[in-house]
Amino acid sequence: MDTVRSHIMVCGGTGCVSSDSEKLITLFKEKLSSVDYDKEVNVIRTGCFGFCGQGPIVKIHPDNVFYVQVKLDDVDEIVEEHIIKGRIVKRLLYEEPFYKRKVQSTSKMDFYKKQYRIALRNCGIINPEEIEEYIAYDGYEALGKALLEMSAEEVTNILKDAGLRGRGGGGFPTGLKWEFTSKSPGNQKYIICNADEGDPGAFMDRSILEGDPHSVLEAMAIGGYATGANSGIVYIRAEYPLAIKRLNIAIEQAREFGFLGKDIFGSGFDFDISVKLGAGAFVCGEETALIHSVEGKRGEPTKKPPFPSESGYQGKPTTVNNVETFANVCPIILKGSQWFSSIGTETSKGTKVFALAGSVNNVGLVEVPMGTTLREIIYDIGGGIIGGKEFKAVQTGGPSGGVITVNDLDTPIDYESLKNIGSMMGSGGMIIMDETSCMVNIAKFYLDFSQDESCGKCTPCRIGVKRMYEILERITKGEGQLEDLEKLELLANMIKHSSLCGLGQTAPNPVLSTMKYFREEYLEHVENHYCRAGECKDLLKYSIDSNKCIGCTACAKVCPVSCITGKPKEIHKIDQTQCISCGACFDACKFDAVIKP
Amino acid sequence: MGTVNIVFNDTKLEVEEGITILEAAKKIGVHIPTLCHLDLEGFGIVNQVASCRVCVVEVEGRETLVPSCAEKVYDGMVIHSDSIKAMSGRRMAVELLLSNHPKDCLSCAKNLECELQSLAQELGIRDIYWEGERVDYKKDTSTFSLIKDPNKCVMCRRCETMCNEVQTCNVLSAVNRGFESFVGPAFNMDMADSACTFCGQCVAVCPTAALTEMDNTGQVWNQLVNPKKHVVVQIAPAVRVAIGEMFGLEPGTLTTGKIVTALRKLGFDGVFDTNFGADLTIIEEATELIHRINHNGTLPMLTSCCPAWVKFFEHQFPDLLDIPSTCKSPQIMFGTIAKTYYAEKQNIDPENISVVSIMPCLAKKAEAKRPELTKDEESNVDIVITTREFGRMMKSAGIDFANLPDGEFDKIMGESTGASVIFGTTGGVIEAAVRTAYEWLTDEELEDVNFKQLRGLDGIREASVFIGETELRIGIAHGLGNARKLLDEIKAGKSKFHAIEIMACPGGCIGGGGQPYHHGDMEVIRKRQEALYVDDENKIHRKSHENKEIIQLYKEFIGEPYGEKAHELLHTHYVARQKI
Repeated sequence: MDTVRSHIMVCGGTGCVSSDSEKLITLFKEKLSSVDYDKEVNVIRTGCFGFCGQGPIVKIHPDNVFYVQVKLDDVDEIVEEHIIKGRIVKRLLYEEPFYKRKVQSTSKMDFYKKQYRIALRNCGIINPEEIEEYIAYDGYEALGKALLEMSAEEVTNILKDAGLRGRGGGGFPTGLKWEFTSKSPGNQKYIICNADEGDPGAFMDRSILEGDPHSVLEAMAIGGYATGANSGIVYIRAEYPLAIKRLNIAIEQAREFGFLGKDIFGSGFDFDISVKLGAGAFVCGEETALIHSVEGKRGEPTKKPPFPSESGYQGKPTTVNNVETFANVCPIILKGSQWFSSIGTETSKGTKVFALAGSVNNVGLVEVPMGTTLREIIYDIGGGIIGGKEFKAVQTGGPSGGVITVNDLDTPIDYESLKNIGSMMGSGGMIIMDETSCMVNIAKFYLDFSQDESCGKCTPCRIGVKRMYEILERITKGEGQLEDLEKLELLANMIKHSSLCGLGQTAPNPVLSTMKYFREEYLEHVENHYCRAGECKDLLKYSIDSNKCIGCTACAKVCPVSCITGKPKEIHKIDQTQCISCGACFDACKFDAVIKP
Repeated sequence: MGTVNIVFNDTKLEVEEGITILEAAKKIGVHIPTLCHLDLEGFGIVNQVASCRVCVVEVEGRETLVPSCAEKVYDGMVIHSDSIKAMSGRRMAVELLLSNHPKDCLSCAKNLECELQSLAQELGIRDIYWEGERVDYKKDTSTFSLIKDPNKCVMCRRCETMCNEVQTCNVLSAVNRGFESFVGPAFNMDMADSACTFCGQCVAVCPTAALTEMDNTGQVWNQLVNPKKHVVVQIAPAVRVAIGEMFGLEPGTLTTGKIVTALRKLGFDGVFDTNFGADLTIIEEATELIHRINHNGTLPMLTSCCPAWVKFFEHQFPDLLDIPSTCKSPQIMFGTIAKTYYAEKQNIDPENISVVSIMPCLAKKAEAKRPELTKDEESNVDIVITTREFGRMMKSAGIDFANLPDGEFDKIMGESTGASVIFGTTGGVIEAAVRTAYEWLTDEELEDVNFKQLRGLDGIREASVFIGETELRIGIAHGLGNARKLLDEIKAGKSKFHAIEIMACPGGCIGGGGQPYHHGDMEVIRKRQEALYVDDENKIHRKSHENKEIIQLYKEFIGEPYGEKAHELLHTHYVARQKI
């Protein structure tokens, strides 16, 4: 056997793949073989490293050197310099945004320092398409332990004691959910993995399935054992082709190794998993809608009770857990409930993965202990706001959540604290906004999403959310009335209380929270037809400062709708009724004569 | 079932375990408005999708309001249906529905019959606070039977429950998402291209005018004012026990005589009874059954008088087309005879005869247009109107129906027996057939004509009738979902029956899609059924083969039952159709 002295680990997550990381792998292999290094250096396609904003990521092991934004042209240099000569390619190292210094190892990078990886433990470390690598990292040990050393009740109890709660949004105690299903009468039961990740900006479930699919499969088998289900279904959106591919490879390999199928580990327990593709409707993340979709019916929710644990898939007791929830299960089985419950806050144990996005320097996936403050996530891990702009708000919980302002940046985040400040954990989307974001517009954006994704079943969500959206549209166009604000609040509360499922019940949250924290912006839109962030195009009225205009005609030449008039060397004028507020004149004027609103 | 203790609007109450909040409310006289909810008691038909949110109430300890129609009570439950939060939730749900509803009530087909309109009135809604965009879809007028107007759909899904769960046709389901949602066939194809049987049960339960009958009253008026036309009319058995409801009479009031008088007043030249066609059908069908039994023909034989049922098996069981009787339905037999025998006897050119049918049914409208049921491209039946349309015609003519004197049907196609009257209810056709088959097979007089074992309202019934030594095993189903079960048995070779009667609508024609709206009160259907049996009791002749005009018809015109001319005039064939 050849001795492999080094590994070139190339990120095979969707973000890096879309920046040509697959081609990087091919080029690395070609280059290595051309210089005869292919036997001592391996090229590995790993799962997501999480630092997606800096992709494609290439990590050299065991040197612990982390290259970012690697281009195809950089392959030769990395091989020739780093691999052959042992000299680090400094220009490809990550540069800390604040101190402007290059950092070579992840352990010294602020982005990774405060993270605590449980769910993402193997992402970026193992090759997700090789079951042996998963096994090398304690894979399927938890399943063996559960099946051979523990009773189903003990498995449920350990999860209950650990305090693991659903990571998909609701935060329902996982152990309790398993217990309900196990206690429901019936021989045929199911366990479903909810991989219908739909929050705009959130992609932790995809990354886990792409980077460490076995961790989910193993946990599903454990869940099956604990709840009495012999059949597992992964419901995943068809938009995740890479995750689906790796999931299928993993299921195949797990079957070959006997981790799925009949009489697993000789325990007498049978369990197998099938994959069901969804069409990507947001509402199918709601468990009853998901179940209907799996059954081949229209993806729409039904009222609870009955809960799926009593009557779910095909009317049988069914457990539905989210991908990230499953990814936490095996470490708990192996390390015990006390280990897990020692992490986090009083009510929320363990870690949570967040998808950091928006106006933040370090965009990507971060996993932090519950109780970490938003300030730590945004400023320490996230590297602060892009361009040194002013932080304005952070949106958590996606379209179901709300905005959090600078006043709450030091709140240790967990399920309860986020709810108390008018937002929610959700599945972990975290969108950072700076001063250039209009809060009315943000609310409108999320409402647009919700009205588009509403299944249309119940009246409040079908018509009410649409009406709220229409009001916001009026306000952002400068056609809002003061009474519209009252209407928004009335509608929001009614929709919250009367909608059939979680989608409708939470859809008004972005409006309620922005109205609570940024009411003055709503008032400015309505009373002064003014958008301070400059995002609401209809409210932008460009004008020309007659003292500064020299009549150079530059503005008139670039105006796409020809609404600027004036002879050369005479003062120009903008026809406000025709102006589309594109800002081209502002950019074209060299004399600061165009006044931006 | 045990009981639970609840507190309802501050009243302590002990109620049965497992009932809904709405049912508990009824027990103490608390009214909670509903819209999507539908419970056709005794028929096992329930729509409990809890989608409209018009019935929400507050339950202590619950963050959100709960739908009282679908939420079951539990011990210790504290319910407030009269809190401001509950009331305003309900009111806003109705206001939101109205904000996306065309408010053309004055000219709407459901004016004064619309449940959304009633709700708005009940809640005293005067302003719609939430006006905004409204959906704008084209009406589907592709069929001869019904009109689907998505703009009036409130997504209550009652039609879906009827179409999918009760009738198992699976034609209707929600189309599109969010605000754009409405109920229609897959891909929003035309109803005419779907596997719709036109049973009209969707129309019967639609709370608004999203689904209504195709109105053909204008065509009838046009015929009546045309001096060249000799307009004859036939009324189906189930019409006479229902039409009174539109004029303040009790459900189940028998109004045959008043109908005859009204039709004369409206200007029809010949006023006849579909019962005549029903007696004729029995002669042919009983002969066919005996023929099949005696010649080792295909058994069981299924009745074929219900056009929705015919279209159902053509779509769903295209490989079983030899099972149903080849007899045309009574309405078409009547039309055929009117344009041949009657025309000849009256010396009128058949082209100048217009046959109008008054039916409890929407499928009859489409049936009349089936190409194989027309003769030389001329319809045997020209226009079909429903019981409701007939009622509207009378109202527009200012007819004081309730106080009309009784009239008598015209001659040569007006006589009928008790056997034909009960065609209007489930079990009636087969009972009528048995009365005739018995006497023909045994050559003995049947003394007790009441085969009570065939009666009732259970969805599937089976009974044995002994004809001499021979046991005739009979199956009866009403509702197409029940019919499907019997068909599946036949397909699997497990059917034990000689003859099966099937009616598409729950209750048979008395519960037809063209009848006055029952608004969920199934007592209405039971009373209509009782009235038909009373009418049967009171007839002098109660066996179809005793109908003198029918005897005359065979003697003068048709010849042998099930013979050559009978086949040409009174029998038909079926077409295999696709499932979608």
